[in-house]
Amino acid sequence: MAKNIPPVWNKIAKHAMLPETTHDERARYNFLANLNKHLAHVSQGNKIAYETRVEPKFEKKHGRAIRDTKELGQEIAKDPHYQIWSSLRRSTMEMRQQAGRSIVLRQAEALRDKARTLNAGKASLVLDSNCEIPAYLLAVDNHLMPGSYHTELIEDDVTPAANYDSGIFVTTAGLLGRYNDGGGKAITNWVRKNDPNFNPKRILDIGCGMGHNVLPIARAFPDAEVIAIDTGAPMLRYAHARAMDLGITNVKFMQMDAAKTTFEDESFDWVQSTMFFHETGGKSIYKIMNEVYRVLKPGGLTLHIEQPQYTDDMSLFEKFIRDWDALNNSEPYWSKMHDIEPLDLMKASGFKEEDFMQIGAKAENDLDDGSQNAEEPEDHGRSPIWNVFGAIKN
Amino acid sequence: MIDYIKLASSKSKGKRPYFHDDPAVERVLNITMAVAGELAVMRERMDSIERILEKKGLVLREEIENYVPDSKEIEEERQTWHSEYISRILRIVQQEMEELENPDKSIEDIANDINEM
Repeated sequence: MAKNIPPVWNKIAKHAMLPETTHDERARYNFLANLNKHLAHVSQGNKIAYETRVEPKFEKKHGRAIRDTKELGQEIAKDPHYQIWSSLRRSTMEMRQQAGRSIVLRQAEALRDKARTLNAGKASLVLDSNCEIPAYLLAVDNHLMPGSYHTELIEDDVTPAANYDSGIFVTTAGLLGRYNDGGGKAITNWVRKNDPNFNPKRILDIGCGMGHNVLPIARAFPDAEVIAIDTGAPMLRYAHARAMDLGITNVKFMQMDAAKTTFEDESFDWVQSTMFFHETGGKSIYKIMNEVYRVLKPGGLTLHIEQPQYTDDMSLFEKFIRDWDALNNSEPYWSKMHDIEPLDLMKASGFKEEDFMQIGAKAENDLDDGSQNAEEPEDHGRSPIWNVFGAIKN
Repeated sequence: MIDYIKLASSKSKGKRPYFHDDPAVERVLNITMAVAGELAVMRERMDSIERILEKKGLVLREEIENYVPDSKEIEEERQTWHSEYISRILRIVQQEMEELENPDKSIEDIANDINEM
């Protein structure tokens, strides 16, 4: 039996909003999940090429070590292994977008109609046509998703979310579980374990996207009023319809910019974000954190699941390769965000140093039957292991 | 109805990075990988067909696995298919060899020649 075979795509949890797929569309996703896994192994060659070819050649020529990640990037760009790995990885990610979009765009109207039916007359979906899409989202199509989260190709479009939902399983090779909610589950379990008496009455999830990570929180605290905000209307329509179909009714999805919400001061017991900040911007991140502080009640909890931080003991190569996805999979702010210390970010908004916390979290994966436990090279930018930072507001 | 075929292949924002010294390599590689993907899709479809046929008792997959041509005619048909297939996909290599064997004039030169004919 081969090691670490990714789960077949049809293991993904079915719900009313999940796009319909043909045999070949599922097969295409299976191919791409395997290709992703394969390339994580090919990536190991980059370190070898760097250490045995790129670095010695540079030192011989210049009589000194490579100074920084920029210089490293210029040198490794000439290496044939790095070239082929990079072009294959880029190509795989573009193919993943093409595969997802070819599934959802051919059924755009049908998906829209399903969402309309599930959302009809519900007060728990609040769209605001005056909500401006933040400039940082207009500047780039995050992870090469043409049109990003907000573009509507038809009226009441939901295809950006349908593409995201069906394809994240491929990009992560199923490591986030059947509902792609491994992040939300991990944070819920951590909170429960850390403070079994924590009983939040009001919870805010910022940058909720298609709502995959807020649903485990809402399910764990069924008596809480949960509000999930995002600026992308297609994401919210889909998220709400998906939640309705999955029988989760205590989440209100609202179209709102996290940097300027309309919530009252000190009105939430818990403010959560999951893989959100690295898709914001250098000034907005502080505005958003100010807003988190403002709406959080004294004694309230805030947690943010993010990409791993750089550490001082990390090698130049390690830092460089971690930035690869940021730049070549179009998540550009991620390449800047690691220059900010989470502690400084939180202190700037009023959180106190003694209340700051930083923990590691690994995705809860309901698909893991043991066959995925073998030693695997870390797939930089894709691994289901994250850095979580946060604080209690005191 | 939106043009879903064209839109599915849309470019995302930002200049596309190229990793090979010659962008043509990148272009060919992307096309090749897309074709590789479609071959994998076809292989999965064949696997489905074989399993369904077996389930319905129409054929045993073992029969397929153990099948070998049982006549000279079938042997030749199958080998001819391979030969055609390989020639088709490696066409450019053959043409470059023919060019090496018989260095040719450019079409512009031939046009000039013809103009004198």
